[in-house]
Amino acid sequence: MAIDSTTVAPPRIAPTMPRTRPFTEAPPDTLDSKIPEGPIDRKWELRQFEYKLVNPANKRRFKIIVVGSGLAGGAAAAALAELGFNVDCFCYQDSPRRAHSIAAQGGINAAKNYRNDGDSVFRLFYDTVKGGDFRAREANVYRLAELSTNIIDQCVAQGVPFAREYGGLLDTRSFGGAQVSRTFYARGQTGQQLLVGVYQSMCRQIGHGRIRMNPRTEMLDVVVADGRARGIVTRDMLTGEIRSHVGDVVVMATGGYSNVFYLSTNAKGCNVTATWRAHKRGAFFGNPCYTQIHPTCIPVSGDYQSKLTLMSESLRNDGRVWVPKTRGDKRSPAEIPESERDYFLERRYPSYGNLAPRDIASRAAKAVCDEELGVGPGGLGVYLDFSDAMRRLGVASIRERYGNLFDMYQRITGENPYEVPMRIYPAVHYTMGGLWVDYNLESTIPGLFVGGEANFSDHGANRLGASALMQGLADGYFVLPASVTDYLGRTKLDAVDENHPAFMDVEREAEHRVRRLLEIDGRRTVDSFHRELGKLMWDYCGMARNRAGLEHALSQIPAIREEFWRNVKVPGSAGDLNQSAEQANRVADYLEFAELMVTDALHREESCGGHFREESQSEDGEALRDDERFAYVAAWQYNGDGVPILHKEPLTFDNVHLATRSYK
Amino acid sequence: MPSHNTLEESTRSTAHDDDSRPMQLTLNVWRQAGPTEPGRFVTYQHQNVSEHMSFLEMLDVLNEDLILRGDEPIAYDHDCREGICGMCGMMINGIAHGPQRATATCQLHMRHFKDGDTITIEPWRARAFPIVKDLVVRRGSLDRIVEAGGYISVNTGAAPEANNIPVPKPNADRSFEAAQCIQCGACVAACPNASAMLFLAAKAGHLGLLPQGQPERYRRTVDMVAEHDKQGFGACTNMGECEAVCPKEISIDFIARLNRDLIRAKLTNPSGY
Ligand SMILES: Cc1cc2nc3c(=O)[nH]c(=O)nc-3n(C[C@H](O)[C@H](O)[C@H](O)COP(=O)(O)OP(=O)(O)OC[C@H]3O[C@@H](n4cnc5c(N)ncnc54)[C@H](O)[C@@H]3O)c2cc1C
Ligand code: SF4
Ligand code: FES
Repeated sequence: MAIDSTTVAPPRIAPTMPRTRPFTEAPPDTLDSKIPEGPIDRKWELRQFEYKLVNPANKRRFKIIVVGSGLAGGAAAAALAELGFNVDCFCYQDSPRRAHSIAAQGGINAAKNYRNDGDSVFRLFYDTVKGGDFRAREANVYRLAELSTNIIDQCVAQGVPFAREYGGLLDTRSFGGAQVSRTFYARGQTGQQLLVGVYQSMCRQIGHGRIRMNPRTEMLDVVVADGRARGIVTRDMLTGEIRSHVGDVVVMATGGYSNVFYLSTNAKGCNVTATWRAHKRGAFFGNPCYTQIHPTCIPVSGDYQSKLTLMSESLRNDGRVWVPKTRGDKRSPAEIPESERDYFLERRYPSYGNLAPRDIASRAAKAVCDEELGVGPGGLGVYLDFSDAMRRLGVASIRERYGNLFDMYQRITGENPYEVPMRIYPAVHYTMGGLWVDYNLESTIPGLFVGGEANFSDHGANRLGASALMQGLADGYFVLPASVTDYLGRTKLDAVDENHPAFMDVEREAEHRVRRLLEIDGRRTVDSFHRELGKLMWDYCGMARNRAGLEHALSQIPAIREEFWRNVKVPGSAGDLNQSAEQANRVADYLEFAELMVTDALHREESCGGHFREESQSEDGEALRDDERFAYVAAWQYNGDGVPILHKEPLTFDNVHLATRSYK
Repeated sequence: MPSHNTLEESTRSTAHDDDSRPMQLTLNVWRQAGPTEPGRFVTYQHQNVSEHMSFLEMLDVLNEDLILRGDEPIAYDHDCREGICGMCGMMINGIAHGPQRATATCQLHMRHFKDGDTITIEPWRARAFPIVKDLVVRRGSLDRIVEAGGYISVNTGAAPEANNIPVPKPNADRSFEAAQCIQCGACVAACPNASAMLFLAAKAGHLGLLPQGQPERYRRTVDMVAEHDKQGFGACTNMGECEAVCPKEISIDFIARLNRDLIRAKLTNPSGY
């Protein structure tokens, strides 16, 4: 099976499908977002004062389950253990230090205003709300901006080696369309350095016996006993053992679901399993259709392609994006004279130029490739050209700024970007959607808290560069420790153990499912199904979406899922390391989740941020929001075999004026 | 010392051409069903390798074939496939992470091999890295070293304003160089003594070069070294194989620095920490 998600143009689907609504709608006001009273800049302070505390001597009697050891989960685990709680932490890699946060390159935002260039908490808040295309909750975003400065302090104290200036103070750069220089970075490795900081804090607590770390342990389900999340069921990836873990509260920080597209910049193991299973147990899923496509990735090279590689968007600070003006121009880039090049970002967005936000830059690249002006194999690429910058600044200074990225590009493509322009193409990168949480990061399952990319979070319909690391650490170091403590302080918990029927049932289901996957013994590999789903999602629920395409996807997904459960081949046994079984289990969940994602995309008849509906654009192709009808968070409730139920959390904007984004 | 290609030697400066014919390779792969099972080499003919594939993609394609043939696919660890998580790693023709300098297995591409090549693929081999299955090993022993002291003891919320302590840029840069370690274990696999000293020295150097890391500098070093020995890693005899295979080019100078710190630790606190 060789289905390549990005080198084949999707067939156009004629809009002939019946217009049924594949969901029902709940009455208004079913969701309580628990936003504190008071002015925006005092809400978090007031909420912290309201929070219940737990007597230090009692803390060690509680057990907290943290799933995920990335920036969000790892930081929460460390901070909660420092407070004196017992923490059981889980990850699927062989060490917590390998969580996918490790791959972040560019940097982390913070409103330190070290540059004296006019930054402030309010400006970071404002930029994030606007960047998210007015689809985030103001109160959460403000808290995030407030906490951003504490994060930098914390990381520096742990020994995170951020870039510094000659005077010894911290360096910053401007990033991803921000007009102030507020991004802290550690060369092209900010994620690894921040995560190593988190990991070291975890190791300290592991050494002290307050965190019990369970690597290579995959969460298969969450257990809700007597109305509260009380634990999880896991599979030991080395022995295949399926077992229960009981706790007093469950924190999930399991990352995003970009791999629903098969090809993305996410690590191969990133999955929707944890959040999807929680969804099926009662946690609402927020805005699943909000996915982010990153403009600067290395294009696909063949149908064996297993993942896509991002190159930091800091490259756009000095690189100029262009395509030839004429179709089918086969000359090498050096032979194409200036007058025959279209610097389309500079042309369409004169004031932001090559630094236009991600969604806008990605769509512009897709548009020129749709007009068959793209470059490289399959015409799915645009040039990112540093020759001007090298002339202006010298090769040495370009090497100093981007040397590691240039090397990486060269390693993967075999081309030398100092001599020929890079080729880039957008790729799926981040998912703004996730489990719906209230201001305290608690989901609709009492006692299930969700942090980091796994929650629907603070980025609205589009995340600004360098904001995910900030959110992961804000959730992990500061918000969850306070709100989880409050939950434990105010909740009377019944005694529950592994023999509680809820645990026994979930364990049985999990065992049954793995066994079933192994028994099918069909004729197609897990990967072939994953690729097929990924291609469908990319073609019809990717960078640009329309009703006919989405309805087509909605009709196809059940068919793929049906064939999967009939015809997948998972070799090996359940009782040892079995990577095919792991992957089959994840793909099975993607096959269910995809349907909800498409349903959400179909219902949102507007374009906002990363969600672009072709029916909803201006004459010159810019996204059109519909605030009248869609200024809400879509929180989906699982409904068994019935259609999902839509709950709406209305969004109000009291501090940032609801306006059309313009980057012209 | 294994010989490595440099990036420049082996890449083209012309634009992407698409006329590459598939290569055929013979692979000798270590297959071992479980931790206590005996292992052996199994030979596979791979007919369909493109020069643009990554090494792991080459194995993916083989695995798809194996599965359809009813065999078990080769187990190997990987995750980010961007050379940063440190999850991947195998001995390729006797060299940890293969023939390309400063490159983790997942970043190695097939254009560095020739049509007709035979490639031998084995897991990391070290007492402290027991084999789980095929090419997968346990590396928790590296985590134990960090847990023994590879951190700065600071509680969340207790941090002073970040710019209160300036760090001279050369120190910060040097610390960063050490901090680039991805904890892959290639240094151990390459070392004839299976020592993890480069890894340990990188951690000690990263923290010990920063003012924030000074209060625990000597205790940290002594504790980590004690744990290193306890985990069954061998002693460092300055062979230098580690530096040659390290995907992040961590310099062996950090080991010299570590040794100086160990001596100073003994002088300042002869009774030990
Ligand atoms: C290539 C790349 C570059 C990026 N660059 C930047 C950047 O420069 N700046 C920025 O702000 N953001 C960046 N991002 C986004 C950012 O890195 C992520 O959004 C963020 O790190 C996510 O952190 P997290 O803690 O939520 O999840 P992750 O780091 O993904 O951690 C998830 C954790 O959950 C565990 N887990 C998952 N599923 C299971 C399961 N079923 N059972 C058990 N454990 C499980 C994993 O083992 C892991 O420990 C980048 C993302 C990518 C892909
Ligand atoms: S020092 Fe180098 S080889 Fe050793 S673990 Fe670190 S990155 Fe890997
Ligand atoms: S798979 Fe992450 S470093 Fe190779």
